[in-house]
Amino acid sequence: MNSINFHPVILDPEKCKGCVTCMKRCPTEAIRVRNGKASIFYDRCIGCGECVRLCPHHAKLASYDLFECINDFKYKIAIPAPSLYGQFNNLTNVDTVLNGLIAIGFDDVFEVGRSAELVSEASKIMLDKGKIQKPVISTACPAVLELISVKYKNLVPNLLNLLAPVDIAAKLARERAESAGISKDDIGVFFISPCPAKVFALKNGLGVSKPLVDGVLAISDIYLRLLPAMKNLTELKPLSKMGAEGLNWATSSGEATGTGTGKYLAADGIENVINVLNNLESSTKLRDVDFIELNACTSGCVGGVLNIENPFVAKARLRELSKKLPNKLNNLADVGKGLDFYLWEKTPDYREVYCVDENRTTAIQKLIEVENILKDLPLVDCGLCGAPSCRAFAEDIVSGVIPADTKCLRLVNDDASLLLDKDAK
Amino acid sequence: MSNIHLEYTVEGNNFSSAGMASDEVKNNLKKLGIPPEDIRRVAISMYEGEINMVIHAGGGHAYVDIFVDHIEIWLIDEGKGIENIELAMKPGWSTAPDDVRSLGFGAGMGLPNMVKYTDDFHIESEVGKGTKVKLTINFH
Repeated sequence: MNSINFHPVILDPEKCKGCVTCMKRCPTEAIRVRNGKASIFYDRCIGCGECVRLCPHHAKLASYDLFECINDFKYKIAIPAPSLYGQFNNLTNVDTVLNGLIAIGFDDVFEVGRSAELVSEASKIMLDKGKIQKPVISTACPAVLELISVKYKNLVPNLLNLLAPVDIAAKLARERAESAGISKDDIGVFFISPCPAKVFALKNGLGVSKPLVDGVLAISDIYLRLLPAMKNLTELKPLSKMGAEGLNWATSSGEATGTGTGKYLAADGIENVINVLNNLESSTKLRDVDFIELNACTSGCVGGVLNIENPFVAKARLRELSKKLPNKLNNLADVGKGLDFYLWEKTPDYREVYCVDENRTTAIQKLIEVENILKDLPLVDCGLCGAPSCRAFAEDIVSGVIPADTKCLRLVNDDASLLLDKDAK
Repeated sequence: MSNIHLEYTVEGNNFSSAGMASDEVKNNLKKLGIPPEDIRRVAISMYEGEINMVIHAGGGHAYVDIFVDHIEIWLIDEGKGIENIELAMKPGWSTAPDDVRSLGFGAGMGLPNMVKYTDDFHIESEVGKGTKVKLTINFH
């Protein structure tokens, strides 16, 4: 069963106008509008951040830890996502950002881009010898992993069972501090995140038995703190040890390129991801692809809602920055860990959230009822009833989420029904 | 015995909407809690049938009945029909035009896959009149 207790997205009821924008665009139909406010079915929420991105009233908030929480620890380590480097104009040296992080209060930094290079190498091994059903699906984007966990149980055997680069970075950073003689209790590891899905995954320990980080900060929250610190640096310590391969994980197809296989597919943007997953489930035509990289956000992690910069601008900047870097600086052999160090400690749970009834006969009865209700609905999916589609409205009635006598507003309201083609009914 | 009845129109030569009917059926099966492996068999065999109607028949209709222990899918078109069914059933044999093949379709695995992934497969076809396919998949 799911042990999820942390929510990636929360609502500011003061700001929510009940406008149905988020509800209509939620890819897992996890939102309804009740009493004029959006409400989230958290068992269906995959943390993709679409609602945060789309809300015209900024009423959807991504959860993350505030910067001040780092002060709970004596020895603070920042592990920044590679997308962070795409947020700054004219950045020519990653060390400027890393030294900036030290200047604002961290004692050490460990780039997630470094561990990304290790995960790429481990992926190569898994593709060759991992006995995973082909095509192997990347699991680095937690929103995609969550989507598969609620909707695509068929594809679970295709999942790459490796920890994400952030997990590996957290483990290695902590080890480095411990071997420098710092007491375990004093070490705080903080991920600097581009998206709420990562916050969610790390808080709940997706793929691991217990959370590996002590806090997850938002790029958008530290940006204004970091920028002046970067400008006022008096010396630049060489801290970065990341190649272009690690940096490229910030953008779509960066991960796939790192696996070294030519037969890959990379899709980004949640709707495109869903299309690919549907195709994978129904068609046999993707059988000759070795690796599938999926990112819920457009352009990859640079598209996450906790970034501040436009994803395409960030992508262009990172392309320039990567030209200045050597290809790869981190190798499994140098780290000296066995493959186990990189593997999932546990398989993420599949959540049965769409099944209307455990008893199949009852479930069939319920779906027949859904079809019957649908016959009388206008099928315009206007959202006025507070459900994202006429079908979802019918399902909500049948499953008892809303009272059976709830009316379709398009049908009962004379003015609204002017919009309908009456001849069609 | 009560069953869910669903009907879909499949548009001919429209590759962007191809697969929508099988996606809808798949979503219904997920809501019923049908085992994933059975859903996969339904999805693959129905998708192949849908694509066949798109490529060869100028479209057609899908009639789907979901029962407690199995699903029956009729794919009916009024297209050009199949001249030699025995030949069409051979893996790799295809009459799809080159432009369709260049889209990644028409590899000659349509009917063989339908046989492979169903528990019962029935086909009748008349040249100039059309083709009827019935797919039956039992649930575990």
